[in-house]
Amino acid sequence: MTVFFGVFLLTLLLIVAIAMVRTDNLFVAVMLGGIFSLLMATIFFLLDAPDVALTEAAVGAGVSTVLYLAALALTAEREKIHTVHQIKALVVVTTTALLVIFATFDNVQFGDPTAPVHVHVGPWYLENTQRYMDIPNVVTAILGSFRGYDTLGELFVVFTAGIGVLFLLGARPKKDTEAAETLIPQQSETSEGLRNYLIPRLTGRLLVPIILLFGLYVQFHGEYSPGGGFQAGAIIATGIILYALLEGEAAALRVVPQWMLMALMAGGALLYGMVGIVGMLLGGQFLDYSVLADNPVVGQQVGILLIELGVGMTVSGVLLSIFHAFAARDKY
Amino acid sequence: MSAWAQHLPALQVGVPLLTTPIIVLLRPHGLAWAAATLTSCFTFFIAVMLTLAVLDGQQVQYSMGGWPAPHGIALSVDAFSAILLLIVTGASTVALLAARQIVNAEIEASRQPLFYTAWLLALAGFVGILVSADAFNIFVFMEISSLASYVLIAGGSDRRALPAVFKYLVMGTIGATFYLIGIGLIYLMTGTLNLADMEVRIREVSDQKPILVAAGFITIGLALKAAVFPLHLWLPNAYTYAPVPVTVFLAACSTKVSLYLLLRFDFFLFQPNLLNHNIQFSYFIMPLAILAILAASSLAMIERNLKRLLAYSSIAQVGYILLGASLVSLIGLTASVIHMFNHALAKAALFLCVACLATRCVNLRIDSLRGVAKQMPWTMAAFLLAGLSLIGVPGTAGFISKWYLITAALDEGLLGVGLIVVVAAGSLMAVYYLWRVIEVAYFDKTNEGTKIVGEAPLGILVVCWLVVLSNYYFGLAPWLSTTLSSAAAQILLGQVP
Amino acid sequence: MDWLGVYYYWAFAALLMIGFYAVIAKSNLIKKLIGLSMFQSAVFLLYITMGKIDDGTAPIYHEGVSQQIFSNPLPQVLILTAIVVGISTVALGLGIIVRIQEEYGSIEEHEILGIDER
Repeated sequence: MTVFFGVFLLTLLLIVAIAMVRTDNLFVAVMLGGIFSLLMATIFFLLDAPDVALTEAAVGAGVSTVLYLAALALTAEREKIHTVHQIKALVVVTTTALLVIFATFDNVQFGDPTAPVHVHVGPWYLENTQRYMDIPNVVTAILGSFRGYDTLGELFVVFTAGIGVLFLLGARPKKDTEAAETLIPQQSETSEGLRNYLIPRLTGRLLVPIILLFGLYVQFHGEYSPGGGFQAGAIIATGIILYALLEGEAAALRVVPQWMLMALMAGGALLYGMVGIVGMLLGGQFLDYSVLADNPVVGQQVGILLIELGVGMTVSGVLLSIFHAFAARDKY
Repeated sequence: MSAWAQHLPALQVGVPLLTTPIIVLLRPHGLAWAAATLTSCFTFFIAVMLTLAVLDGQQVQYSMGGWPAPHGIALSVDAFSAILLLIVTGASTVALLAARQIVNAEIEASRQPLFYTAWLLALAGFVGILVSADAFNIFVFMEISSLASYVLIAGGSDRRALPAVFKYLVMGTIGATFYLIGIGLIYLMTGTLNLADMEVRIREVSDQKPILVAAGFITIGLALKAAVFPLHLWLPNAYTYAPVPVTVFLAACSTKVSLYLLLRFDFFLFQPNLLNHNIQFSYFIMPLAILAILAASSLAMIERNLKRLLAYSSIAQVGYILLGASLVSLIGLTASVIHMFNHALAKAALFLCVACLATRCVNLRIDSLRGVAKQMPWTMAAFLLAGLSLIGVPGTAGFISKWYLITAALDEGLLGVGLIVVVAAGSLMAVYYLWRVIEVAYFDKTNEGTKIVGEAPLGILVVCWLVVLSNYYFGLAPWLSTTLSSAAAQILLGQVP
Repeated sequence: MDWLGVYYYWAFAALLMIGFYAVIAKSNLIKKLIGLSMFQSAVFLLYITMGKIDDGTAPIYHEGVSQQIFSNPLPQVLILTAIVVGISTVALGLGIIVRIQEEYGSIEEHEILGIDER
C-alpha cells in the first residue's frame, strides 16, 4: 500500500512541477508551488520524517507562498514568454541528471538497514539519546544538542535573510522619495484587509487563535513529538500574517509592533548565543548544555528547551518582519 | 587567559556571529560602524592567536557542545586554515577601517546598522567555513556568508548592482546545492559528515562511482563560487557595482574561501582515495587555469571601468592559484597557497586606492581619471606601488608567489616551460592593463572643467598605505607567509609535518 | 521493493532537471527563483530517501513499545536545516526582485539587460 502511495505521490509531484514551470501565469505557479510543498510533505511523512514534513508544510506551503504572493502584488502577475538558452539549458540539465542517475544506479539500497548510511553515525544517536538527554524525539535531540552548532548557524541564516530584506526594502526608490509622505495616508486606507467580507473574517477569527495555540504546542512539545522552534516560529508567523490579511496591516502592527519584531529577531539569536556562552563559562565547551544543571541530563533538556525558544522567537520575528516589509510597499 | 585559549576556535566564529544581534539593536546608528570595526579587530586578534598556536605546533581541535566527532561537530585549525583566517579577518578589518566615510555617503544612517550587521555576518560565515571540520556545517556557514554577501553587494546606490546580485544569488545557490548533492552522495556511501572520518571511510567504499560523481559535483559547485574561469560570470558586475569597501573585503577573500574548500576537499578526500584522481584533477584544472589567466587578462586589457578591470584581474589571479595547485606538487601547492595570501594583499591595496579615488571622483571610468595624479599624488603613488606587487616585481609580495610558481613549473620539464610562458604572458598583460591607468592618471591633461578635488581623506589614505607597505614587508620578509603555506602544502599532500 | 527505491532516486533526478531547467531557460526572475527552490527541494528528497529503513518508523521513542526499528534521523536533521536555508534564500531573492521592479520597471532578465545597455 505504501509502495503504491509513494509512486502515486511522486508522479503527482512531477506533474505539478512541470505545470509550475510551463504556466505563464505566475499566480498559478505560486499556488501550484503550495500544492507541490504539501505533496512533498506527504512524501516526507511516508519516508518516516514527520519533523521534516511539518517544516516543509509550514515553510513551503505556508510562509513561502505568502511571500511569493506579496512579491507578485508588487511586480507582475504574468510572465512574458521569452525562453533563452534553451539548448544550453537542456544539455546542462540532462548531463546533471545523468550524472546523478549514474551515481545512484547500482547503489540503490533503498530501505536496506545494512546500507553504509545506516551503520555508522546514525544508529549511535538512536542508541544514546535516551542515555544522554532522555527525550523521545531523536531528531530534536540531534538538532538541539548533538548538532546544535548547525542549528545556531541555521538560525543566523534566517537572521541574515531578515536583515537583508529589511536593508534592501528600507531603500525608497529614488523618484519616490518626495512622494513618500503623501503616500502614507493612502496606505492606511488600502490596508483594510478583508474587514468588509463577513465569511472570511468570521472563519479567520476562529482560525487565528487555533493556529497560534497550535504554534505554541509545537514549540514546547518538540521534545516529545514532531516539531520545535522552526516549525513553531513559522506557524505563529503564519497565524499573525493571516490576522494581518483579515484586519489589515496596520491592525497587525498594532498587535505586534515593529520594535517588538526587531527585539524578537535579535533576542532569539542572543538567547541561543547566551546559552552557548553560559555553557562555556560553567566550564564546558561552547553550546554544552550538560553543565547547565547539576544533573547533565536535566541540563541537556533545559538547554534544548531554551535554544528552541530562541529559534522560535527569531524565526517568527524574521518572517513577520519580511512580510511587513513587503506588504508595506506600494506597487511602483 | 589560558582557560580561554582552548575556546579560541569557537570564539573565532562566535565573536562576530553573536555581536550581530547587538549591533541591530544599537542606538544611535553611528555606533554601528565603531562596534563592527572593533569586533572585526578582535576577530583578527583571535586569528593571530590561533596562527601563533598553529606555528607553535599545537593541534587546535574543538568539539562543539562537548560531543566528540563524528557524532558532534568538530572545529579544527591547521596551517592552511590559519593563513586564510588571517586573510579574511585582516581584509575585513582593513576594509571596515576605510569604510566609514564612503558608507556614510552611500547609505542612509537608519540603514547603516543593518549594513554593518550583514558585514559581520559575512565575516562570521567565512571564518565559520574555515574553522569547521564538518561537511554539512560548512554548507550552513557557506550560506550565511553568501546571503550576507548578496546583501552587501546590493547595498550601493547604483541600481545595476541589483541584477548583478540576483545573478550572483542564482549562481551561488546552484553552487551551494551542487555541493550539497556531492556531500549527500558521500554521506550515502560512508554514513558520516566529519571530514577526517570521511577520508578514512571513503577508503573502504567498494564502488567508487558515487564518490567520483560526488567529487565532480563538489568541484563544480565550489568552482562556481570561486569564479573559476568559465563559471566566473557573476563576478565582474557584482564587484563593479558593489560599494567600494565591500569590494575591498570580498575581492580579498570571498573567492579564496571557496578555493580553500576546493583544494581541501580534493586533496583530502578524493586524491588519496580515488584511483588516478590527481591526474584527473590536473587535466581538468590546468586548462581552466591557463584559460583564466589569458582570457581574463585580455578582458582586463580592453576594459574601460577601473573596478571591472580589477575584477577581471581577480579572475586571472584565481587562474594562478589553480595553476599552482594543478601541478600537484609540494612547491606548486605552496605557490598556490602563498598566492592566495599575496594576491589578497595586492588586491586589497588596489581596491583601497579605488576607494580613495571614489571619495573624490564622480565615476571610475578610466577616461575620467585624466591627470588625477596631480591632484591625488599619494593615492596614485599607492596605486603604482600596489600595481607592482600585482605584477610581481622583485621586492614585492607578488614576486614571492610568482617565484614559487616558476620554480614549481621548472620541475615539470617541457610542460613547465610552457607554463612559464603563460605566467610571463599573464604578467606582461598585467603590466599593460595597469599601465593604462597609470598613463592616464600621470601623463594625460586634466579634463576641461574638472574641479580641483584634492587628496582623499586622511583616514582612508593611511589604511591604504598601510596595506601597500605590507605588500613590501611580505615581499622582503616573507617568513610568515612561506612558513604557513609550505606547512599547508604538506598537509594537503598528506605529509604531516 | 527495489524498483520503488529506483523510482525515488529517478524522481529526484527528474525534479532536479525540471528545476534547473527553469533556472537557466526562463527569463522571468520569479520563475527563476521558483525553479531554484524546486532544484533545492529535489536535494531534500535525495537526503530523506536515503534515510528510510524498511519497516522503520519515525525516530521518536514511545513509552512501552520495545524493539522498534527507526529510520535514520541524521538526514532528517540536515534537511530541516536545508529547508530553512532555502526559504531564507527565497526571501532575499524576492526582496531583490522587488527592488529590481522598482528601479527598472520589469522583472524579465532580457529586458533589464537591454535597459542598462542603452
